[in-house]
Amino acid sequence: KMSESPYSFSLTTFSPSGKLVQIEYALQAVSQGTTSLGIKAKDGVVIATEKKLPDLLKPSSIQKVNNLTDNIGVVYSGLNPDSRVLVTKGRKLAQQYYRTYKENIPISMIVKKIANVMQEYTQSGGVRPFGVSLLIAGYDESGPQLFQVDPSGSYFGWKASAIGKNTLNAKTFLEKRYNEDMELEDAIHTAILTLKEGFEGQMTENNIEIGVVNQQGEFRVLSTSEVKDYLGEVE
Amino acid sequence: LAYMSILEYNGGAVLAMVGKNCVAIASDTRFGIQHQTVSTDFSKVFRITDKTFVGFPGLASDTQTMLNKLKFRIKLYSLDEDREMEPKIVSNLLQTLLYEKRFGPFFVEPVVAGLDKNNKPFISAMDLIGAPLLAEDFVLSGTASEAMYGMCETLYRPDLEPEDLFEVVSQCLLSSVNRDALSGWGAVVHVITADGITSRVLKGRQ
Repeated sequence: KMSESPYSFSLTTFSPSGKLVQIEYALQAVSQGTTSLGIKAKDGVVIATEKKLPDLLKPSSIQKVNNLTDNIGVVYSGLNPDSRVLVTKGRKLAQQYYRTYKENIPISMIVKKIANVMQEYTQSGGVRPFGVSLLIAGYDESGPQLFQVDPSGSYFGWKASAIGKNTLNAKTFLEKRYNEDMELEDAIHTAILTLKEGFEGQMTENNIEIGVVNQQGEFRVLSTSEVKDYLGEVE
Repeated sequence: LAYMSILEYNGGAVLAMVGKNCVAIASDTRFGIQHQTVSTDFSKVFRITDKTFVGFPGLASDTQTMLNKLKFRIKLYSLDEDREMEPKIVSNLLQTLLYEKRFGPFFVEPVVAGLDKNNKPFISAMDLIGAPLLAEDFVLSGTASEAMYGMCETLYRPDLEPEDLFEVVSQCLLSSVNRDALSGWGAVVHVITADGITSRVLKGRQ
């Protein structure tokens, strides 16, 4: 019986001060992860991340920015394997929604569903919280949207945000640079500049990843040559 | 009395038609158990959102059950998604609900009629296991279906104004159910426009 299993109790329990320390520690894991950021423009959304890899590693074998659907993408900061689980679950949830309603899942709904999954892992037997924060970007009938989801399952809608190592500096930089009338191209340039702020060493098309969703509702990870072009424009 | 199909146990007829920036949906109001008429005010069409109606002709018990199942899903959807369900999505959801019972189906053959968020008319029908029919002119379902097809094909023309649409739908329905022993005993017609809904009760042959 499930209740007899030694793992039938929740590993995430309250401390006397009213905190869930496992979630605090998960947030720590996130803040030690590489920086990711997202910027919502008038006509689209851009998300980007550092891809700091050892020299011998093949950059193309690691993809940090992923599609959840044709028009929704996601980037994370934290533990890569945990992010893979959420991406897989998110993709399946989106298709289940389509199967029932024959309509593409609204961004707000997939965010809610993924957030609920993450919350379940803070209140279930034998599991630990996810060690990632996600930035989910998409363009649907309600326009361009950017959401952050945390290990606790909390989610927030942002105009621009950053997660991971350099989040404080990046957010300060974004607050100065952001304006509501930004167009997608400006947002991509600003994203690159923001990443550059906290970047150790030389930033190239092989150690950053950029995902963009446009007004036509197509989310795409930019190719290395496209990233190279943008980097050239920013110099 | 012998009946060929459980769909003929209670009897009933539902019809929906597209007009100019409007839709109409109508049903007879007989509730019978085989040859015996039990009630004359049992409409098979129900308003499920502001501008969408669904009709469930077939086995009366399943009419009520499907209505309740659908209303349940629609209410949760509105709360979860903070928006009203469009008629097309209602139709898609119904198809899913019906197919889930593929090997022990609900004995209803639904008709959906409504205006989408841009007030564009939408109608659809489906069989008892959810196979959809998306039409631009009219859809119908029930024990008087053959007569209704004949009437609609003859009387229908596109872009009817709401008042004219009402007349055409009423004539199609009444003449058809008058030739069907299991349908009739009154009718109700709803006309949905961007401004609102007009519902009228018809008295047919008694």
